[in-house]
Amino acid sequence: MKIRSTRRLRRGAAALTGVLALGLALSACSSAGGSAETGNADDIAKALDTETTITVWAWAPAVEQIAKDFEKEHPKITVNVVNAGTGNDQYVKLQNAIKAGSGAPDVAQIEYYALPQFALSDSLVDLKGFGFDSFADKYTDSTWNSVSLNNGIYALPQDSGPMALFYNKAVFDQYGIAVPTTWDEYVAAAKQLHAADPTKYITNDTGDAGFTTSMIWQAGGQPYKTEKSTDVSINLQDAGSKKFADTWSQLVEGGLVSPITSWSDEWYKGLGDGSIATLTIGAWMPGNLESGVAQASGDWRVAPMPTWEKGQAASAENGGGGDAILKQSKNKLAAAGFLQYMNEGDGTQTSIAKGGFPSTVADLNNDSFLNYESPYFGGQKINQVLVQSSKDVVKGWQYLPFQVYSNSIFNDTVGKAYANKSDLNAGLEAWQKATADYGNEQGFTVKTGN
Amino acid sequence: MTTVSQDPPKAVAGRLGRGSASHKAKLDWTGWKFIGPFMLIFAFVLIAPVVYSIYLSFFKDQLVGGNSFVGFANYIQVLGDSKFWESLGRVSIFLVVQVPIMLLLALFAALAIDSARLHFPAFFRIGIFLPYAVPAVVATLMWGFMYGVRFGLVANINDFFGISLPDPLSNEWVLASIGNIVTWEFVGYNMLLFYAALRVIPTDLYEAAELDGANHLRIIRNIKLPALRPAIVIGTIFSIIGSFQLFNEPNILKPLAKNTIVTSFTPNMYAYNLSFSGQQYNYAATIAIVMGVATAVIALVVQNRGSRKEV
Repeated sequence: MKIRSTRRLRRGAAALTGVLALGLALSACSSAGGSAETGNADDIAKALDTETTITVWAWAPAVEQIAKDFEKEHPKITVNVVNAGTGNDQYVKLQNAIKAGSGAPDVAQIEYYALPQFALSDSLVDLKGFGFDSFADKYTDSTWNSVSLNNGIYALPQDSGPMALFYNKAVFDQYGIAVPTTWDEYVAAAKQLHAADPTKYITNDTGDAGFTTSMIWQAGGQPYKTEKSTDVSINLQDAGSKKFADTWSQLVEGGLVSPITSWSDEWYKGLGDGSIATLTIGAWMPGNLESGVAQASGDWRVAPMPTWEKGQAASAENGGGGDAILKQSKNKLAAAGFLQYMNEGDGTQTSIAKGGFPSTVADLNNDSFLNYESPYFGGQKINQVLVQSSKDVVKGWQYLPFQVYSNSIFNDTVGKAYANKSDLNAGLEAWQKATADYGNEQGFTVKTGN
Repeated sequence: MTTVSQDPPKAVAGRLGRGSASHKAKLDWTGWKFIGPFMLIFAFVLIAPVVYSIYLSFFKDQLVGGNSFVGFANYIQVLGDSKFWESLGRVSIFLVVQVPIMLLLALFAALAIDSARLHFPAFFRIGIFLPYAVPAVVATLMWGFMYGVRFGLVANINDFFGISLPDPLSNEWVLASIGNIVTWEFVGYNMLLFYAALRVIPTDLYEAAELDGANHLRIIRNIKLPALRPAIVIGTIFSIIGSFQLFNEPNILKPLAKNTIVTSFTPNMYAYNLSFSGQQYNYAATIAIVMGVATAVIALVVQNRGSRKEV
């Protein structure tokens, strides 16, 4: 038995590194239907040679193309790509399907912040069962850390969003403002810019949970801790959270941030006409700027995210996510095959080509990627800044096992501070309380404060 | 006594011809056949969901710990839930301010059109009614654009006159802004309701009143308004139900005013967000039941008071 299993493992490793189709020739013991929750590369290869249809819920633009390429390589597999909404819209549907016990897809795109909610509620397959834990070295630490929950691997990372400061160089030059390297300089620049031209703002912000948590992350805060999957502690007044809130409150209270909501038409307009001068956002932003703010081509540049101490190297992840296999799936082996192709195999190149920022180390260190001179950014080698950021992501961050709901009530609580232009700390405390109430309501044991 | 009281039905049946038991049964079935389709749909779309919601409201399904029977715990929780009371308070303010304004405007419009003193009454009638034909979603989006202080109509007015109007979507004004949308949408509907009631008043009453020397105001007070009473009661009940069910307008404006329109802005929005983003289906069902009962009670009170025959 032992000999057999090691032989299988070795065989699995061979197939993984090489061509999946080779596995066809090998006969392993596995159910043909592919509903097993574990299996080695041979089992997966065998499942991929069986007539199967799998459904994938994803909104990433590359997935359609990846599915087509995959079908060409595995003619017996049909991949149904469904766009069930972006982000929260899809999570609502997914959660409902999980609750109903049927109707969920085989594979679903899930952002890192939402992953704990689905993983800890036992809705996702632990990918260790397919040996995917051996891919650890292929991904950046921060993304791999995001999919490693509760001693399992619950998704394969697809893209990542190490943060950087995107700034409109034309505006900075016009007013002779230096590009800020610390948050104190950033606040000073905000004041200087708004004083020079009251129609211009350093950035826009109407209260965004994802941005706030990423900023706290960079400031070294660790407000969320989950142990034994149900013991949760929340402290949105820890040192990092406070550091962020104290600084950012100066901008909010002083009316130094434009009250425009991100992704609105006004937002794109503001990014184009210089009235929103910077964005501190994930590395997936360049593609959005190129397509949404074409008129400002040549104006924008990328700089490292400002830090809390001068000369410190620190950043955080903002957005990005992976794809997971649902427990409900009846074709888990085939789904695993597709997942591997999409996020570990050839699909990764398609994702990058469609504007996704990679999470795979090899692609991040690829010379042609690093030395790409973006015409939109005036020929700047933007990927060097962004890749450096992915290496500087502060370690130890965790999201809540009910982060999706918590983020949905962010504007009920912290939003009030934005509406009244008042101290964000009070808003964070209200958010903490409402989040803790919800967690307790859902059966978690939630501790707040220190 | 008994024989006497039983006689007439028998006689009637006898007169119709065959007074047999089988025929009686047939007659009964005819009634059921008429009412059957209605009962079927009624049971399917009303009774079943209500029963299911009541069933749900006695359970609590948690992410950790699963489903369990909790009796009336959810109801007790609703009664002590400050978010629920806040949202109920908000729609109550909306109700006592917006509904009278809307009904008075509708009444005024109906009387004006009925007065026969307007040129092109059909034009006014259709003009005032038209907003009702615009779907609430479209109407709200349209108003949402107009309310914009940066690119909308409000911004244009500010620029043109060099003034600074308050932001219609700010904390202080958002409820009034929603009231404005709802009024715009439903004045026409209520006007038509009142206008229809005015049209069935026999014209000889007006002639008689004029002969007695009554002026127009007098006719309105003594003939038209009393005749409108049932229509006003109906309009009020519809408006109460509409206010308590306020959902579309705030929910669509939310992306434009996410910091002022909270997820528990109205009871319906609260229930919606609890179930669809919080997976608290049981608690949401409880809120729905409580709101349903509250609405029914208030509507009943209004109906009883409104249809009480005074004078």
